Amino acid sequence: MSEFKALDGTGAVAEAMRQINPDVVAAYPITPQTAIVQTFSEFVADGLVDTEFITVESEHSAMSACVGAAAAGARVMTATSSAGLAFMWEILYVAASNRLPIVMTNVNRALSAPINIHCDHSDSMGARDAGWIHLFCENAQEAYDTIIQAVRIAEHPDVLLPVMVLFDGFITSHAEERVEIFDDAKVKAFVGEYRPKYSLLDLDHPVTYGPLDFTDYYFEHKRQQVEAMRHAQKVILDVADEFAKTFGRKYGLFETYRLDDAEVAIVVSSSTAGTARAAVDKLRAQGAKVGLLKPRVFRPFPAQELAHALRHLKAVGVMDRAISFGSMGNAGPLFLELAAAMKIYDANVPMADFVFGLGGRDIVPSQIEGVFRDLLQVAKTGQVRELVTYLGVRE
Amino acid sequence: MAKGWKDLPIGGMILEAGNSAQYNTGAWRAFRPVRDASRCTNCMFCWVYCPDSSIRVKDEKMVGFDLLHCKGCGICANVCPVKCIEMHDEAEFGGSMEMVDEPGRAGGAK
Repeated sequence: MSEFKALDGTGAVAEAMRQINPDVVAAYPITPQTAIVQTFSEFVADGLVDTEFITVESEHSAMSACVGAAAAGARVMTATSSAGLAFMWEILYVAASNRLPIVMTNVNRALSAPINIHCDHSDSMGARDAGWIHLFCENAQEAYDTIIQAVRIAEHPDVLLPVMVLFDGFITSHAEERVEIFDDAKVKAFVGEYRPKYSLLDLDHPVTYGPLDFTDYYFEHKRQQVEAMRHAQKVILDVADEFAKTFGRKYGLFETYRLDDAEVAIVVSSSTAGTARAAVDKLRAQGAKVGLLKPRVFRPFPAQELAHALRHLKAVGVMDRAISFGSMGNAGPLFLELAAAMKIYDANVPMADFVFGLGGRDIVPSQIEGVFRDLLQVAKTGQVRELVTYLGVRE
Repeated sequence: MAKGWKDLPIGGMILEAGNSAQYNTGAWRAFRPVRDASRCTNCMFCWVYCPDSSIRVKDEKMVGFDLLHCKGCGICANVCPVKCIEMHDEAEFGGSMEMVDEPGRAGGAK
């Protein structure tokens, strides 16, 4: 039987990790992720899991230990944030390129400088080309559900890629919510036993991981990673279907809210989607045809599906919690990629980007309502006055 | 023709032990070891020191070099106590991988 507990995002993830009972967790503390591995380390100390918990001296070492353990055939998990993720940089690529199905929570937090511990998405957005699958979560329940699915996605033989589970620092990580925790046995049955295809400890089938790979083979191995990413989309959907059948909640590549008959829509991921949903309801009650699309899967980017879901609109506003400095219009990464997708897949809709919430700056319903009003104006005139707006910045 | 991405093990993994023998690193060589067999004492220093296992030995005697794998580092020539191995410019051999092991060629016979 499921149980309902009062948990914050970190507690929900730690509970999922307890139920998954990974072979190895190697981690280094960093705000706001710390509570995940701290809580999990208590489970280890209390004998609730069989996990080998490796305390390391840095995130570079944490991801390195994860890579080594995963190559040895272990089911491996870790967690990080912000500068921690940045410090893993080199090894993020090693994990993906060696096709190691590591599952990592990254609690989204701004990057220094100036130093800031609060939420934005610049950390994981910077790692978007490292070869990991990126799954954004709106709340603690989604974080719990997604961690469980992530194990199955990462370890699928057609994928074998590491997965990052992402949610908002403090807003989701430290706000207590009502979270449904499934029966331990059901979660264990869902994730199943990990049978690694290639293990350094399989002495009957010795393998070499990560040899020198020069001009003659490197390119082919990158092409294989592309294929794994292509397979990932179907596997993500298949695992979501099985999850829905087993546990009752449905997930997809993205979630839409009152979008079908909308004239304008906001595209925003993570916790802000919850705020946007309330803004949609308020404006709908006033007769405005507004809707919402909440991306869940950012890598692999479901370009065609997104364009198809948005093509009927008269204006689309993307809300980005990161800036790609020096890019077109100094916009956010979500906007840049979605704008390209809309063009390529023939969805000719005026678009604007609204960068918000950097360094944890609050985003309130009235601001989102303001975005909708801007979009309604764009729909009326067909003109985008500002390609990129920085919401709530003092002039 | 090297295999395409569909046929290669993922992630550059090597699934068969000992397959470095299939990788002919001799093409990297800029200098080729040449031995004066008449002066060789079969002390096996070259065999011990060769980092590429490219010293051929038969019946406890040094019989030449595995030129498909010798990278031409020159360690054998350096450690040889009687200096019967000499490094020659690879260009002298016109790309031939045939083993050159002639008396008088090494050891100042020029």
